[in-house]
Amino acid sequence: MLRRSARDFLAKECGSKYVRGQMADVDGYDTYMWGKLANLGWTALGIPEEYGGAGTFLDLVVVLEEAGRALLPGPFFSTMGLAVPALLELGTEAQKKNVLGEIAGGTARATVALTEPPGRWDASGISLTARQVGDQWQLDGIKTFVPDAWGADHLIVPARTRGEGEDGITVFLIPGDQEGVEVRRLDTLDQTRRWGEVRFDGVRLYGDAVMGSPHTAWPRLRRALDWSTAALCAEMVGGEQKVLEMSTEYAKTRQQFGKPIGIYQAVSHRVADMLVLTESSKSATYYAAWAVDADAPDRALAASMAKAYVSDAYRKVAGDGIQVHGGIGFTWEHDVQLYFKRAKSSEVTLGDATYHRELVAQALDL
Amino acid sequence: MDFELSDSERAFRDEVRAWLKANKPDEGETRAEGQKAFIDSRRAWQKKLHDAGYVGITWPKEYGGRGAGFMEQLIFNDEMILAHAPDPINVIGLGMGGPVVMAHGTDEQKKRYLAPLLSADEIWCQGFSEPNAGSDLSGLQTRAEDKGDHYVVNGQKVWTTLAHVAKWCMLVVRERREANPREGLTYLLVDMESPGIEVRPLVQITGDAEFNEIFFKDVVVPKSQILGEAGNGWAVAMTTLMHERGTLGMALATRAGITAAQLAEHARRLGRGSDPLVRQKIAQYTIEARALQLNGYRAVTAVKRNGIPGPEGSILKLMWSELNQRMTETAVDLAGPAGQVGDGEGWEYAFLRSRANTIEAGTSEVLRNILAERVLGLPRSR
Repeated sequence: MLRRSARDFLAKECGSKYVRGQMADVDGYDTYMWGKLANLGWTALGIPEEYGGAGTFLDLVVVLEEAGRALLPGPFFSTMGLAVPALLELGTEAQKKNVLGEIAGGTARATVALTEPPGRWDASGISLTARQVGDQWQLDGIKTFVPDAWGADHLIVPARTRGEGEDGITVFLIPGDQEGVEVRRLDTLDQTRRWGEVRFDGVRLYGDAVMGSPHTAWPRLRRALDWSTAALCAEMVGGEQKVLEMSTEYAKTRQQFGKPIGIYQAVSHRVADMLVLTESSKSATYYAAWAVDADAPDRALAASMAKAYVSDAYRKVAGDGIQVHGGIGFTWEHDVQLYFKRAKSSEVTLGDATYHRELVAQALDL
Repeated sequence: MDFELSDSERAFRDEVRAWLKANKPDEGETRAEGQKAFIDSRRAWQKKLHDAGYVGITWPKEYGGRGAGFMEQLIFNDEMILAHAPDPINVIGLGMGGPVVMAHGTDEQKKRYLAPLLSADEIWCQGFSEPNAGSDLSGLQTRAEDKGDHYVVNGQKVWTTLAHVAKWCMLVVRERREANPREGLTYLLVDMESPGIEVRPLVQITGDAEFNEIFFKDVVVPKSQILGEAGNGWAVAMTTLMHERGTLGMALATRAGITAAQLAEHARRLGRGSDPLVRQKIAQYTIEARALQLNGYRAVTAVKRNGIPGPEGSILKLMWSELNQRMTETAVDLAGPAGQVGDGEGWEYAFLRSRANTIEAGTSEVLRNILAERVLGLPRSR
């Protein structure tokens, strides 16, 4: 039912014309749309009732799948898929009350600024420094490739406060307009998802900005990333399904040599393979979402398995989608290119397939 | 979607696990499938499983089954494979013969065939493929001549697993020539002890004779042996194949996970586990095997809804067969030249045998046609 209503809403409000309008928009962020999403209750999904939320993480997964199908632009994934899990896993009671409350009520957008210029998603990739200066923390460094950093009301920023690797990670909750924080828009391949660079130049914060405990935040952050990974996979699966449907429809109707091209096995077998990839992506994703939500012992493994599989699958399906469409698929006007680009940007977000396969290999004790 | 077992399902799993631990025969993966000792041990194993109530888990109680659901069957399959327990002997009968008799048989036929199939007193084989009818089953030429109360069957079948020990053969024959080759076919249950049947082993790429050829010369088959209606054999054959790809597909899905785990162990033993390329490959196979298994769980929903596996079952078989080829080839490659000497660190047989996986029970090409046409609704290519 939620899926049906989400699909209907997005078909009406988030068609190709809207998506392309947002791509051309300077901010890539639409307060009017955000208000509608909040009215539907989507900004409350996955947030516990005590913080103003309503609906489960698995409800959010359904909506994200539909959002991915419609290529919904704007900070819905970054806020609900990245920031909310980090707040839930790491936030203090006060932080959760304030920020989750604002998000659920539709008045705030947030994101997680984890990656730095090397583009790594593991703990060793975090080198932005935070050091104690009197009763304050001072942050210096660069975060980049941050989804929807521009316009975020809150930034969740993992920093290095000591040591190396998984030790010495401290996570800060920082207002988007904090003095010393400078956000720059990046010109990205996927214009439906904006990334920003965030520079921290002598940013001073009090202890109440620390999320969880200083120095030892990585395990909780890692758990938050498992939620985020499952959420992103759901969004990707929605896109995959849409490309499969577009390609199937095109193969049925496009005529060459006097017949629909889908009659030729070179075409139909390619589309059959797209089906196999899409169905398997769904299975891996639904299981990951369940395992993360149920706190199953294999939650991290399930999330990594899903991201590894879906990263490759969405890219392949979107690329094959262009091939099935032929020349028209290569044009700017056809939407299949938008999915191809979204697949590519999602592939590297939260770790690509190679990264997650290595995590799986570690889990296998290889 | 809920992946958690219910209390009763968990209890069933624990019961099966304990039983298998106590009763599983000590038998490695045996390759000499034609040997009598192998047949006898697998038959005895099925009897033991049957006495414990683990054969025909989804079959109705009145036919000797357990009367349980598909979840229990899946749980049982998983436990069998986790325990490295051997298959029961009657794989063809359990996966296809029983289900097709239940779907198309008369009450009398159900009473006659199902119980001895479950107890392994009677082994089944499948007579579909012919030298000139592989993927195009409708091109089959084995003839059944109508002689009033019986048929006289002449022709040849090929690739018949278990034919040399089977009591019953699911045989599709041509009764009449029709403009549409799918019409005029009749589905018979033929007694393999009938005069005029000759079974010859067919030596395959592995050097073993796992399959057979069957020759029929003036074989008399009473009309009581028709399954479904005379002349309507195509529909019955299709039910059989849906079960082949669906039900067996789900068992294969779990097996893929085991092969992936064995491959990881193989890499560790050879000291290749630290090679980044090997790590990537084995992780990828493990992930695909898991996706395949989860596809199987989702397909169960379709089975529950429709009674027979849907065309989606073809996804399982297609994925498994291609994955199994890649896994077994990697296993051989990991050992370098030693992988091609002797039994290739135990993988040589699996590597060679896997080449049949993309051909038997529907070639990958036929399965892609099924997915394109029956799941996606693309126009028929022929």
